[in-house]
Amino acid sequence: MDDGRISRHGSGAKLWLAGGWLLLALLAAIFAPLVAPQDPLAQDLMLERLPPFWMSGAEPGYWLGTDSLGRDLLSRLIFGARIAFIVAFAAATAACLVGSTLGLVAGYFGGWADRIISRIVDVWMAFPPVLFAILLVAVLGTGLSSVIIAIAVIDWTRFCRVIRAETMGQSRMDYVENARIAGYGRIGIMLREVLPNVVPSIVALLSLEMGIAVIVEAILSFVNLSISTDDPTWGGIIAEGRLSIHQAWWVLVFPLITLILTVLSFSQFGEGLKARFDPVLR
Amino acid sequence: MLLQRFLIRLLTMLVTLFGVAVVVFVVIRVAPGDPIAMMLPPGATDADIARLRALYGLDKTILQQFFIWLSGVVRGDFGTSISLRQDVLGLVFNRLPATLELAIVALIMAVAIGGTTAILGARERGTAVEAGIDIASGTALSIPDFLWGLVLILLFGVLIPVFDISGRVSPQLDLPFVTQFYLFESLLRLRFDLTWDLLKHMLMPAVALALPLAAIIAQLLKQSLKEVLDLDYVVLARVKGFSETQVILREALKNAALPTLTLVGVQFTFLIGGTVIVERLFSYEGLGNMAIDAVINRDLPLIQGIVLVFALLFVLINLIVDMMYALLNPRLRHG
Repeated sequence: MDDGRISRHGSGAKLWLAGGWLLLALLAAIFAPLVAPQDPLAQDLMLERLPPFWMSGAEPGYWLGTDSLGRDLLSRLIFGARIAFIVAFAAATAACLVGSTLGLVAGYFGGWADRIISRIVDVWMAFPPVLFAILLVAVLGTGLSSVIIAIAVIDWTRFCRVIRAETMGQSRMDYVENARIAGYGRIGIMLREVLPNVVPSIVALLSLEMGIAVIVEAILSFVNLSISTDDPTWGGIIAEGRLSIHQAWWVLVFPLITLILTVLSFSQFGEGLKARFDPVLR
Repeated sequence: MLLQRFLIRLLTMLVTLFGVAVVVFVVIRVAPGDPIAMMLPPGATDADIARLRALYGLDKTILQQFFIWLSGVVRGDFGTSISLRQDVLGLVFNRLPATLELAIVALIMAVAIGGTTAILGARERGTAVEAGIDIASGTALSIPDFLWGLVLILLFGVLIPVFDISGRVSPQLDLPFVTQFYLFESLLRLRFDLTWDLLKHMLMPAVALALPLAAIIAQLLKQSLKEVLDLDYVVLARVKGFSETQVILREALKNAALPTLTLVGVQFTFLIGGTVIVERLFSYEGLGNMAIDAVINRDLPLIQGIVLVFALLFVLINLIVDMMYALLNPRLRHG
């Protein structure tokens, strides 16, 4: 009893911390032109590799220092958040819609529908995901929509597998049988009775997937295959930081911290929401 | 029973591989870029381009190209790399050992770290130690290998530069190896100086790959151990006077390991998938690093070959784990 209360307290705090960071980053992304102290693209060779504010040699107004072209790091991180959140929301939603629908159909109807969908999932799982993403973006051409499509094409299986298994479990329960006896149609039962019970899992996965999408976008821009090289992206900043790691460590450290906080927040936020929604856990 | 299960699995494995071949073939052929145009100097004539297209079989229909390629693959001929102008299978076999060594070292580390943590957590269940382990494994699990790699580069490449963060082996060394399994061969030849150099290069990428898997093992094995530790036969062992660590190692572990084993199999394929970007991050000369170059150069035959080899590895691992599970699980063995 006590254990349950402690872990619920813990999950509540985690939910607020994670949600707080995500809200902060989202607001920074939306109002980027207002909050960014400098122009994220402005190069100034007089200001190259300025250290962050607490070190000697720092310039006021360049809080986190500058990169090897004299561009302000904080402003680039803030503008990079725009791409990160657009990709996170769009790609995760698309993957969720496709994967959850197929998972629901496979789990509820079973039979041939399940066999075909499961076989496709098997094929998809045999691809190394990062290589698949790089291949798709190379094929589709670099750009924001290519990145979003590539992530959705690869990661729908994550939703499909979980939702299929959950739907199968739900379909065996008495309430589904009762609804059938009461004369409801199969699709009606699937959407009105089963779907609401798998929603907590969908929500948790959706949040997790947003974090994964942010990482995949960073990986793609790290290998220089994401969007145009002009727009600042977190992965692009990391790629620059990896190159100048011995001259300017801050160019790698700050985007890395930003990415880690964002990914952790997305997964914790999802877990927290699931715990709130789930009638059994609650 | 076991043979039947094996044959069914083998058949589905072939279906999966055929599916992978179809998907990768179709995806690549939709690409708008012309790989032939990229190979030739700007002044090349249309006749030159047409001749080269015919040479690589790119003038035929997609269906024809697919069956020509597939009949070659069945005979072990994966075609010729467009960018490197060498036999694809030779290139892949040249790089595969580096990736396998990295993945296996990472797997061993994950099992060692995760297993030790799980045993410690089960022994100290209900204490602050267990709570600390839960937080640590939860964090390790949420951060993907790409980010762990960057953290390790900063910590042990820059802050405390003790490990190499680039390449597979120091370039100035004279290598006596005849195979590409450098680490394995250095051990066989008792050249421990080379083993050490290889390990110094491999350690950081291997840890980056191992940490998320170690966290999963720690969580799942700890859970299974805690369940088993309440069973009668374990209680009996405790009454007999065995210490808690002895009880876990001698009695509980054997029966708690089975669910973890199944999971490790699936997760090991994820780990191998992770080598693609981790090898890139550490400039490690493995298959994944070559794959990214192949995509950037639009080297169609090479991409197809590499993806198929990865897929083959994945389904083989799943097959092996499935068979091990069937062998170890008494219910399936006698059923």
